[in-house]
Amino acid sequence: MIAPTTEAELSDFLSEASEPVRIVGGGTRQNLGNSVKAKKKLTTAGLTGITLLEPAALTLVVRSGTPLKEVQKALNEVNQQLPFEPMDHCDLLGSTGETTIGGVVACNISGSRRIQTGACRDSLIGVRFVDGMGTIVKNGGRVMKNVTGYDLVKLMAGSYGTLGVMTELSFKLLPKPEATASIKLHGLSDEDGIAALCKALGSPNDVNGAAHLNNETLIRIEGFSGSVEFRIEALKKLFPNFEISVETNSEKNKEIWNSIGNVSVFSKTTTSIWRLSVKPTSGPKIMDTLLKAGIKADAQYDWGGGLVYLSVPENIDIRNHLSNIQGHITLVRGNGGGADAMPVQNSLIKEIEEGLRKKFDPRKILNSGIMA
Amino acid sequence: MEMPTPNANVLSKKAHIVKRLSKILPAESVIFEEHETRAYECDALTAYRCLPMIAVLPETTQQVSDVLRVCYEEGVPVVPRGSGTSLAGGAMPTADCVILGVAKLNNVLETDYDNRLIRVQSGRTNLSVSGAVEEDGFFYAPDPSSQLACAIAGNIGMNSGGAHCLKYGVTTNNLMGVTMVMMDGEIVEIGGSHLDSAGLDLLGVICGSEGQLGVVTEATLRILSKPVGARPVLIAFDKNEVAGACVADIIKAGVLPVAMEFMDRLCIETSENFANAGYPNAEALLIVEVEGSELEIQEQLSKIITIAEKHNPIELRESKSEEESAKIWLGRKSAFGAIGQISDYMCLDGTIPVSELPYVLKRIGEIGNEYGLRVGNVFHAGDGNMHPLILFDANKPGDLELCEKMGAEILRLCVEVGGCLTGEHGVGVEKRDLMFNQYNEQDIEAQLNIKDVFDPKWLLNGAKVFPLVSTEDRRAA
Repeated sequence: MIAPTTEAELSDFLSEASEPVRIVGGGTRQNLGNSVKAKKKLTTAGLTGITLLEPAALTLVVRSGTPLKEVQKALNEVNQQLPFEPMDHCDLLGSTGETTIGGVVACNISGSRRIQTGACRDSLIGVRFVDGMGTIVKNGGRVMKNVTGYDLVKLMAGSYGTLGVMTELSFKLLPKPEATASIKLHGLSDEDGIAALCKALGSPNDVNGAAHLNNETLIRIEGFSGSVEFRIEALKKLFPNFEISVETNSEKNKEIWNSIGNVSVFSKTTTSIWRLSVKPTSGPKIMDTLLKAGIKADAQYDWGGGLVYLSVPENIDIRNHLSNIQGHITLVRGNGGGADAMPVQNSLIKEIEEGLRKKFDPRKILNSGIMA
Repeated sequence: MEMPTPNANVLSKKAHIVKRLSKILPAESVIFEEHETRAYECDALTAYRCLPMIAVLPETTQQVSDVLRVCYEEGVPVVPRGSGTSLAGGAMPTADCVILGVAKLNNVLETDYDNRLIRVQSGRTNLSVSGAVEEDGFFYAPDPSSQLACAIAGNIGMNSGGAHCLKYGVTTNNLMGVTMVMMDGEIVEIGGSHLDSAGLDLLGVICGSEGQLGVVTEATLRILSKPVGARPVLIAFDKNEVAGACVADIIKAGVLPVAMEFMDRLCIETSENFANAGYPNAEALLIVEVEGSELEIQEQLSKIITIAEKHNPIELRESKSEEESAKIWLGRKSAFGAIGQISDYMCLDGTIPVSELPYVLKRIGEIGNEYGLRVGNVFHAGDGNMHPLILFDANKPGDLELCEKMGAEILRLCVEVGGCLTGEHGVGVEKRDLMFNQYNEQDIEAQLNIKDVFDPKWLLNGAKVFPLVSTEDRRAA
């Protein structure tokens, strides 16, 4: 295991590296992506520490190997948070370890609040990284409005380490809400549940959690307490003939949304888990298609229906049945009948992506093959 | 402004290229006579002008593809153009270029309220995107001040912001997908009606690439449900520092106003003389706007007012009616026009960390004194995006150059304190030569590498964004 403790050390190592490396943050998401052919591991665990936290500017700058827990603790103390509510994969993947902020960014991990505040990539405003030749590159900075030159910040988020090893990250933060409430609609089918979520998200109530599972539809609102109370009533009025309950306890809300974010519903199953990013209203149709093909699937919908986690028996490649959907499908856990974990891109996009990787990592030593 | 020497070979082929383009497009869409191409000689950065060789106005993605294929085969530089409202010279032509204007591509292709998206052709203006959905209670959030005229294509090119981005983000946070034509004519679809992209985030790098990676012809945009209401409060202070501290305290208290605008004395007085908005005699003025239902507005305003009162404002005026709200905004919205009435001006766009506000304002004042030019400051305080307006006299020889020099010094100051050269206008030609103040050679090389992949011949808007010296070899190859 190679464990540089400074950006300069990392740069020296990569400029002289002669064989492929597997990049590791906290190691909690090693099962995501296609398999990587590399004997050596390179960890960012030695690159730690918060370099700047400025609550009045809603800004955080942090080294990539810093544990997410440490980041969240520091933000808690100033009553702020990462807007995108990153999920934890440990339960779902059965992994252990200490999630790092760099790993979150490398996989562009976002949770339920993504529907309102954007993904991890939307909160990321600056990045420093070392590319496959050992060159240190910075892009963006620490201010939230910045259009100086190309936006490599977004490109690096979700690049799974294939363009460079990130060393330092800047984020735009949000205040923590004073109050949270979840409105639950009971007894709805998938189709009716998604329709209800569309209705709630299309209302001016600033919904920032919209999920459906096991015939229960959940709508979350956050903000100042008066505002939350007002919106609870407004949302109730939207659904006059539904069986409704409301949860306003903050700890209980945390449990509910952690469980959805972390897809805990499927953590104990022995099935394969697929993640679908689709047009929100197309979720129920996907279930129909699979049912017609004789495939038994269970679903959890988040992002108003746009993020679907499917639990499917092993050794079935569901992509064979869903080639017409708008969006993409990733195998997160288990066996997909020989399918690659990562979505397959069309040839033109594939050519562009390969061109970019060739520029940043011409020797193909960084997490080679993990995305395609 | 230094521009690359026009390619003599390209210029000599003009008639041949016009002929080839005329086979693709109707006659009125191929513009090549000097009295007609004049309309395309500059954008909103009018200090720099150059007649293009040809301008074309395609009406479909296929026509854009056919045009680009011809230009690619003939080795002709192409400058994409939305509505030509760039303040950075992003759409400024070169003498050997084809201006590719997307203004005729202005249809709404799809509105989908269930999935909260709209798909439009890229020449459609920003405001008319909201216009297409507002009757149904929706809006498109990014609102650059040119929104009446500017095109979505340009918004994507420059990753445009606006007054409301503290809450809603900028273009890149509201863009879900594009149809883009590559320089060789290939048409590519990136993103779409789903929320996150597969593979590398190409959409993220295309947004803000100033028309250098491809020509976007269609865009899928996120639309939001319109808030029930909005209301501003006006707070005036006798010191800039105090106004800055008030902004910081509002953010620290967990309030996220939808807009927080700052004006300094010169802007307050000039706007007041121009628009009679009833602004007080003050050193600094904040307009803080919140949104929501009546109860939510009250709740947020009461928190803001409590914080503001701790800073002993000279005046604190909470709007009580639509008319009062309009009046509070009137002065701010007419600030640029008001300054334009009294002088020529250059508008800068650097962003700074909010905490540096008092220091930067003091330094800008000092720099103005050194150069003997007046500066007004009006900007988005919540996100640190400054808009210093430097006053100069275009008829006085040397004054523009002096103003540019002073502008560069202010932008270097923004970078020094941890900010950047441009928050929402883009680099274009205007700030091209300052790029090395923010980025070193490796940082720039990484960006140039991106362009190599999308546009290997460097034909798309290649004289912009980066200092010419750093792109010379690539453009010549």
